[in-house]
Amino acid sequence: MKLSVKDVMRCVGCQSCMFACSRRSGNAGLSNTCIGIKSTGGISRGFSVIVCRSCENPPCAAVCPTGALVAKEGGGVRLNSAKCIGCGLCKDACIIEAVFWNEEQNKPVICVQCGYCVDYCPYEVLELKKDVKGVTNDSE
Amino acid sequence: MIANDSLSKVLYIDLTRKKFEIKDRSDLFEKYLGGTGVATQLLLEECPEGIDPFHPDAPIIFAVGPLTGVFPLASKTCAMFKSPHTGDLGESHAGGRSAIAIRMAGYGAIVIKGASEMPLYLSIHGGKVIFKNATTIWGMKDGSIPARVMRQNEKGEGLRAIFRIGTAGENLITYSNVTTETYRHFGRLGLGAVFGSKKLKGMVILGKKAIEVNDKKGYRNLYDKIYKAATESPVMKKYHDVGTAINIKALNFIKALPVKNLQFSSSDSLEPLTGEAIAEKHLARRVACAHCPVACIHLAFLREPYDDDPYFYKTSPVCYDFELIYSLGTMVGINDPTNMLKLIDIVEQVGVDAMSMGVILAWMTEMYERKMITLDDLDGVEIKWGDSDAYIELVKKIVKPSTDFIKACSRGVDYASGQYGGHEFAMQFGKNEMAGYHTGPSGYLGFLLGARHSHLDNGGYSIDQKDLVKIDLTPQQVVDKLFEEEGIRQILSSVAVCFFARGIYDLKMVSDAIKLLGFDLSENQLTEIGKQIHLNKYKFKMREGFLFEKLNIPERIYETKDPTGKITKKFISEGIDYAKSMIN
Repeated sequence: MKLSVKDVMRCVGCQSCMFACSRRSGNAGLSNTCIGIKSTGGISRGFSVIVCRSCENPPCAAVCPTGALVAKEGGGVRLNSAKCIGCGLCKDACIIEAVFWNEEQNKPVICVQCGYCVDYCPYEVLELKKDVKGVTNDSE
Repeated sequence: MIANDSLSKVLYIDLTRKKFEIKDRSDLFEKYLGGTGVATQLLLEECPEGIDPFHPDAPIIFAVGPLTGVFPLASKTCAMFKSPHTGDLGESHAGGRSAIAIRMAGYGAIVIKGASEMPLYLSIHGGKVIFKNATTIWGMKDGSIPARVMRQNEKGEGLRAIFRIGTAGENLITYSNVTTETYRHFGRLGLGAVFGSKKLKGMVILGKKAIEVNDKKGYRNLYDKIYKAATESPVMKKYHDVGTAINIKALNFIKALPVKNLQFSSSDSLEPLTGEAIAEKHLARRVACAHCPVACIHLAFLREPYDDDPYFYKTSPVCYDFELIYSLGTMVGINDPTNMLKLIDIVEQVGVDAMSMGVILAWMTEMYERKMITLDDLDGVEIKWGDSDAYIELVKKIVKPSTDFIKACSRGVDYASGQYGGHEFAMQFGKNEMAGYHTGPSGYLGFLLGARHSHLDNGGYSIDQKDLVKIDLTPQQVVDKLFEEEGIRQILSSVAVCFFARGIYDLKMVSDAIKLLGFDLSENQLTEIGKQIHLNKYKFKMREGFLFEKLNIPERIYETKDPTGKITKKFISEGIDYAKSMIN
């Protein structure tokens, strides 16, 4: 399953998805969120919804110097936190800024495509799609 | 509270010395929760008695609450200051990303004192405050431009709040506001002017903290319950769909909507201004405050052609709601939504409170109509009801006053009518210009007795509509209800949730929610804390010279038909006398 942005124009910027993502860890706040909602230059112009596209050849894993980020079969990456030295190269390598950062732990937060956020989007901006091999999803 | 919750951290900023320090004030948060409760105590501590609101030692306080960043709809920041508009308690609330950003930056409250010799904006993140020179963005006529500059210069997209004032605040207009995220405002009572007096143009704040809860499973369960209520419950529907603008039709129908400076309480020609009509023709987008799925912010797109160039248009997003349609529409006799949106747009650009501005423009119009002022007083701007072009010119002049009369108007309708007469139709209560509710005596007692003279202090208009239209209540019974409600609302704004969510967050829900943050307080204990916060506010008011005896009431409220037919001098004065006996 892959997380996908169904219709970015419906996003109201409430960030309920960001809080949901962080809440998976059990705590409140935003430190562990790996979804990002930001305006596209003032909120009247609408929002960008940034989710991991689970690339098949993920640039973030390609630059990881310690093997902490490993490409998964079928797309996306898995983080082995014990190997991560917090260098931030993965964050810089993702040009859509979908590698998020836990400032308190100085480690990346990587989307595991669980879809928990989808249930907290009241405007149906997000969806969890079945993988179709060779077809990339259309998230922004 | 939970021991390592950063809520207890208070950031103290000194603009004179360009210094800051962070202190742990769990003493205040343990006792008063946060938000309004803590901000009131900080105001009592930090504001010297009898000080000029523009003196450098007069503080600006922002506070958020334990539920901020934890549960949905806990999206409000409480601002406290000494009001330059009324001379007593200054308090206003705003959403946007303000509350989330303050809490995520690791603070429960911020205290700003001192004054800079040059314009500044503050950049607050990573446990630091950076003082940035704002000289280049001072004096820009459209307040959205300095916001854009701050946006481009600072990091933290999606996580930050951007506060700023407009030219009104820079020029110390006593009802200027502070805008956050372009469309939300610390609107009432002149916080913008206090910013201006400190040469503080704005503030960018951001962070991304975790907040620990003491029962992870319980947290998720309660979250889901509140989220479900916020997204599915009928109590939120009105804010969600047409928005508060839905009240225009309803209040007009029951004859409770101020029209043309409350000479009337309804009009036959308001159909184009109803929330439904504006939504159909002009609504372009709905947006939300951070961590609120309701999305009550309604934006219209205003398309204006340029006279000198065909097929050339200016398109501006303009935020509207009930209070703006009342104050910059019905109150000044504008029935055309496009003209009203133009007036709202200029009011946004200069950064003044929309309700105060509308009431002042309405009073000016009546003064001119009655020949109590001259065209010279208006600096040559001929005004009549509904003339949006004239009103737009006057808004620009009020921000940079060119005549003595206009200068008086820049200090509010109470001050201006004190200088020029017309007090009987100067629609202020406790020196604060009225909100759009001519519902009955409870609404007016609510304005008069609320600690910040805001309709949201106690929702008195609701008592009129639910009770007084059907049954009789004594003034004493009404005041008891107002005080009870104001006490409960102190808890809501201390924890700190949006008042629109009051149908979800009853005291039981608040008690359950704050328990997860380590506050073990029963509903009864919360009720007592709410009463105490209310009294603390009155303590500040009394200290700064507020007297029940000095409340001036415009005669107009007794003359214009209302739904209850019960607005009498006797009712209002008995209510005030009883309130005085309760507070003293």
